[in-house]
Amino acid sequence: MNHFQGDSLSWDLKDGVIELALHRAPCNELGSLTLDEFEKFANALKNLAHEAHALIIYSTLPSGFCAGADLRELYHRSQQMAKDEAIKGVSEFLERTHRVLNAIDAAPLTTIAGVHGVAFGGGFELALVCDLIIADKMARFCFPELRLGLIPGFGGIPRLKRDLGNSVVRDLLLTGRSVNATKMQSVGLVSQVVAEGEVLKLARATAAQIGKFDRHTAIAAKQFIKPIPYEELRREIDIFCELFSRPSVEAGLRKFVESTDAQPYLP
Amino acid sequence: MPTTDQTLEEILSLAASHFKVPREKLSADDDFFKTLGIDSLQTLDLLTRLEHHFQIELPDYELQGVSDFRTLANRIQARL
Repeated sequence: MNHFQGDSLSWDLKDGVIELALHRAPCNELGSLTLDEFEKFANALKNLAHEAHALIIYSTLPSGFCAGADLRELYHRSQQMAKDEAIKGVSEFLERTHRVLNAIDAAPLTTIAGVHGVAFGGGFELALVCDLIIADKMARFCFPELRLGLIPGFGGIPRLKRDLGNSVVRDLLLTGRSVNATKMQSVGLVSQVVAEGEVLKLARATAAQIGKFDRHTAIAAKQFIKPIPYEELRREIDIFCELFSRPSVEAGLRKFVESTDAQPYLP
Repeated sequence: MPTTDQTLEEILSLAASHFKVPREKLSADDDFFKTLGIDSLQTLDLLTRLEHHFQIELPDYELQGVSDFRTLANRIQARL
């Protein structure tokens, strides 16, 4: 399936480049609908990869790349279930999300996240599965999970550790602060910072450059330099579910979800 | 190093220019959420512009509870 138009995402294969566009308002929150369509993409990717040398993931929404997991859906669904059932549901959701993200991480082509606006939580984790991150100068990255009593659940810590020094990982995780694209370039995560509104154009130019290389060599290099931390990813799901079962997390999520302030609740 | 008043003036000018509000309609003690009519994502946008403008890092948690330009200027001044 070289083309797909969904409610939350779409993709198109053209000239050896797959462009995966996110477009679920308000800011591509990752909930069950988006996951369903991401699973379609992960399945299609096996065949798409035969014809493509690069994948670009970007957002068509002005608000940003992706604001992370759909916490409202997570909270409201959990409220409708018994505690054990809710934790089982969260675990299954994380397992499915990890399967998709692991497939993109390991895809035999060069993957580029074109990031503008916010890349928070799960949005940051989506960018982290890509081989290269190209960021608009106004992009912001953040792992706010600890501020709600959780850890990132979509592979954030293992993949951040893979790419960055541990002190940077601790800073981002333990403070939960958001940082701009220039900072993320200075620590080595963002490969290119581009002018406002130029992300997709520059991501396409990078994909075109990659297309000049021998594909077999590019795949071999990627397998050599980008190991996937499967064991830690597995452990992350267990820790997330353990933390999710605590009443303080439910209370924090409730405050966040019910907040109507211009600045949402985050301690 | 600029004075706090100079920093405040630069913030007001930047906010007026980016959010297309006449500069004369903004004052130091305004609630910038109301005056600029901005939401949480636009607040992050303003934060990023201020970081670029002043060449500083300003952790967003330092802005928790901050809603007026004067306090914002004080937070920035502490990092210049």
